[in-house]
Amino acid sequence: MIQLTEANFGDEVLQEKTKPVLVDFWGENCERCHALMPDYQELEHKYGNSIKFCELNTTTSRKLAIKERVLGLPTVVLYIEGEKKEILTPNKIESALSIELLLRQYCS
Amino acid sequence: MDQMIFDIVIIGGGPAGLSAGLYGSRAKLTVLVLEKDAFGGQIATTSEVDNYPGAMEGCSGPLLSERIKNQAKEFGTLFEKDEILRLDLSGPIKKIDGKKQTYLCRSVILATGAAPRLGGFKNEEEFRGRGVSYCATCDGNFFEDLEVAVIGGGDSAITEALYLTRFASLVTIIHRRDALRAAKSLAEKAMSHEKIKFLWDSVVEEVQGDGIVEQVRVKNVKTGMLHSLDVNGVFVYVGLNPMTDMLKGQIELDDDRYIKTDENMKTSVAGVYAAGDVRSKKLRQAITAAADGAIAAVSAEHYIEENRGL
Repeated sequence: MIQLTEANFGDEVLQEKTKPVLVDFWGENCERCHALMPDYQELEHKYGNSIKFCELNTTTSRKLAIKERVLGLPTVVLYIEGEKKEILTPNKIESALSIELLLRQYCS
Repeated sequence: MDQMIFDIVIIGGGPAGLSAGLYGSRAKLTVLVLEKDAFGGQIATTSEVDNYPGAMEGCSGPLLSERIKNQAKEFGTLFEKDEILRLDLSGPIKKIDGKKQTYLCRSVILATGAAPRLGGFKNEEEFRGRGVSYCATCDGNFFEDLEVAVIGGGDSAITEALYLTRFASLVTIIHRRDALRAAKSLAEKAMSHEKIKFLWDSVVEEVQGDGIVEQVRVKNVKTGMLHSLDVNGVFVYVGLNPMTDMLKGQIELDDDRYIKTDENMKTSVAGVYAAGDVRSKKLRQAITAAADGAIAAVSAEHYIEENRGL
């Protein structure tokens, strides 16, 4: 799992041309985020070959999250060639299954 | 292979469900708590718990629920993360279909709780996760040095407005009446806070912005006048909706869709009990949820004893 910060966000997400990048925006005070994490890591085992999995701690990288237009947690964003392709806002994440259903559209 | 039959399956892992687990396990019953999201329920989205006896400074909602959970676990309560799709509550053996598996049990405690009610303004859905929030604990720190609005006038609205003053430069409480419903001590704290101001007799009509919330349109309900307020966050605390959709037709609900019980938490179906915010009652707090949970577990225990061998 790649941990994103201001330092590597450009290289790992915006400049990634070979495969889609999935970013889990989480926060230290967000209980739903903590509950989701083990399942998110499980998804990486399953889909990690075709999708690059990343996590972004918004408590420490607040400005970066706001720049990416994320103001609520948990939020999961799929980037393709540096562009935001899919955004799951907190109300669209019932469980990790919501993320998996999205990923299936991008994996054959 | 025969499937395991639990004595009690508790649906919902908030203070009611966890307390029921604790009491059920202490009675040496086999108890499973099912939770679809994060254990703790709504209390897990509360920054400070001031009104739970014994929980004082530094006791956050997540910490309190974690402690109740560990206490229940110590006595043997089992926990599973699963989402319930269907329930069959009739008959002596109850059947619960989850996304992961099916659970069988002699008795069920419904502790599904309630979810925040929507504010009902234009663009609310589009701006969720982009400035419209129902959880100050989760999202508060995005708004450091920014201005936010809180909608509501009850305990939750005022508690969370006070919490948000740690981050935001200004918190505007927008309330549709001209006085607060919140407990006096909370109301006084908010009224005298330098970072909090009030818009009385007002409702939010619409949120606007380019990708994230930038302003809200506010209407004064007495004069009908509209004006804009520049904020980047809108926190909605306007009440609750019970999580009873999957129970319709199976169990008796009140007019607001909360579960009807007697004082022993017994519902209209034999062997089925309800506890916490999902129950029809006046005061919805962690303490009343915990009390409901304890009573429900003991009632379930009596029911199981009386029906052994059936």
